[in-house]
Amino acid sequence: MLVDTAPPAAETRRTPRFGFLRSWDTAIILALVASIIVASMTVSGFATSRNVGFLLIDVIPVLLLALPMTLIIVTGEIDLSVASIAGFVSCVFGALWNSGMPMETIIPLCIVLGAVSGALNGFLVSVVGLPSLAVTIGTLALYRGLAFVVLGDQAVTSFPRAITTGLQAKIGSTGIPVWILPVILLVIIFGVALHFTGFGRSLFAIGYSVDAARFSGIGVARTKFWLFVISGTVAALVGVWWTLRYGSARGDNATGLELSVIAAVLLGGVSIFGGKGTLPGVIAGVGLLAILRNALQLASVPEDTLSMLTGGLLILAVVAPNAITWIRSLSRKASTT
Amino acid sequence: MSTTRSRRLAPAYIAAATGLALALSACGGTTNTSSTAGAGAASSSAAADPNAPIKEGLKVAFLPKQLNNSYFTVTDRGGKAAVEEYKGIFSEVGPSEASASSQVSYINTLTQQGSNVIATSANDPKAICSALDEARSAGAKVVTFDSDTDPSCRDIYINQATAEGIASTQIKLISDAIGPDGGDIAILSATANATNQNAWIELMKKELQKPEYAKLKLVATAYGDDNAQKSQQEVQALLQAHPTLKGIISPTTVGIAAAAQYLSGSEYKGKVQLTGLGFPSQLKEFLKNGTMKSFALWDVEKLGYLAAYAGAALASGQITGAEGQTFKAGTLGEFKVGPNSTVLLGEPTVFTAENVDQYNF
Repeated sequence: MLVDTAPPAAETRRTPRFGFLRSWDTAIILALVASIIVASMTVSGFATSRNVGFLLIDVIPVLLLALPMTLIIVTGEIDLSVASIAGFVSCVFGALWNSGMPMETIIPLCIVLGAVSGALNGFLVSVVGLPSLAVTIGTLALYRGLAFVVLGDQAVTSFPRAITTGLQAKIGSTGIPVWILPVILLVIIFGVALHFTGFGRSLFAIGYSVDAARFSGIGVARTKFWLFVISGTVAALVGVWWTLRYGSARGDNATGLELSVIAAVLLGGVSIFGGKGTLPGVIAGVGLLAILRNALQLASVPEDTLSMLTGGLLILAVVAPNAITWIRSLSRKASTT
Repeated sequence: MSTTRSRRLAPAYIAAATGLALALSACGGTTNTSSTAGAGAASSSAAADPNAPIKEGLKVAFLPKQLNNSYFTVTDRGGKAAVEEYKGIFSEVGPSEASASSQVSYINTLTQQGSNVIATSANDPKAICSALDEARSAGAKVVTFDSDTDPSCRDIYINQATAEGIASTQIKLISDAIGPDGGDIAILSATANATNQNAWIELMKKELQKPEYAKLKLVATAYGDDNAQKSQQEVQALLQAHPTLKGIISPTTVGIAAAAQYLSGSEYKGKVQLTGLGFPSQLKEFLKNGTMKSFALWDVEKLGYLAAYAGAALASGQITGAEGQTFKAGTLGEFKVGPNSTVLLGEPTVFTAENVDQYNF
């Protein structure tokens, strides 16, 4: 069985004292801590319970979607359709609510719909054998299109205010939203599954080398299929959350969210080529992007500058780990000769 | 990272998943039919003092549907002029994409920064409500313009023009342009399901019933989807299908510009009349080269100007948003709060070759 992180060559090398600094996810976790400290000291209004509440509640959709996305990217695949599935589910939610169906029936139906949407992705990727990039670019457009078929450019907003405000309930006076708790639970579940189970190790194995994984008896196609089902299911949860949190079901809900999610996952140190990454790194990536955005907004940095900054950071995240490996291989060559 | 650990954690996350399922099902017990009415406007309890001076140094933020949209660039310019007149601190923030919930984090930021006035045009009537509630509970006054939110989420809505005013102005303009002989006319709209467009079209049909327009006959309605190329194709198709066509009304800025462009380069220039809603800066040349005689739009700059003054009047205690209260909006004069905490900017402005140079948007 293969190891769960970096390529074996790097892992077996002796890494003395400051070895941990070499891993990108550690660097991102440190950057997260540093940005929290710097923002608390320099940006007025950042370190308040109200702002913590805003931050945590806005981070929920990205955080949720980043969990299955991490698993999928670790296997070397990608799911670009998650935000469209969330939008589609949101519209179906709205249409069913308009038809008078009770919420306890609608929510499970929506989650099944998300799972089915994900299963279509999974089927095309694992059974038909198409590249996930192509498949999910297609379903990104397909599900968004279906969303507009369901509701057109109308919005369903007749959700009871008790629920829409209830979703923003805080734990006492801490500012921490109540609904972050089940999300944290999900984070733990995904973390355990990825890092402490045979299933998780098989994902790294697939991402590192599909052939090797197959030879060692891993059901590659089956694994990928279920990952897309899980991704669709979580996307449906986000669709439901989005609809009720904003009290509005409409076709453009969650537009473009997939990019924020993938940006956070890559920033968190997951290799876009698969086989490498950690969930703590991803959580830090999600947190870092959210905090940067929030702090810079509070500091009245214009929107254009903001997106340039996050874009630059993302390029750095993709380039830097490769640059580090390259420098390392150079120094290794130098020391062996 | 450690490489190997216990594999016996399975029961732990099965238990965790069960917990989550329980948590998720906790919000049950509701259907659409049991939904209750909104909380209602909460702020009208305080008394208004119409003679209170406008406070100095008010923090006024404009939050458009999206940044770098020419329409909102002009409204916000009007807002900035007003805020500078009363010595407030103006800022403009907003998303780069006009989606339903994209404005929420900006409202949160403004709440956190202690804004006194938030003037916004909502991408969705409901999606920003809870964020606005929180802003108002932190002391901000909320003015909406162009696109309203749910009335319970804001203090005042500045309505650019009534739908009736828009409809009757356009029918009058096309009738004047065609002349007393009348004839066939057509409408070039945006998308087939655009709510405001359809409302105007219905009212225009009603207006055409009036005896003074007996000689005007609406023969077709086309949809250009607010796409310049498609709008031009639709105009072409209208002219082919109805050789007797005398006039086109396009109540959408994209459609009217595209139609003007097409007509001015065709044999129909000056023969088929065109009017509708458009930007003076985009249509100036067509007024001057004889393609069209007139068109209308509310004064976009004044819309932002009025919104900024309404915000200041609220934040200074001159008004609370209740019906019948009045406030002074700088050079625009006095305005009265109408039903549902709405202030009407006025009738649409009509632009002709003579006056078009005075407008800078």
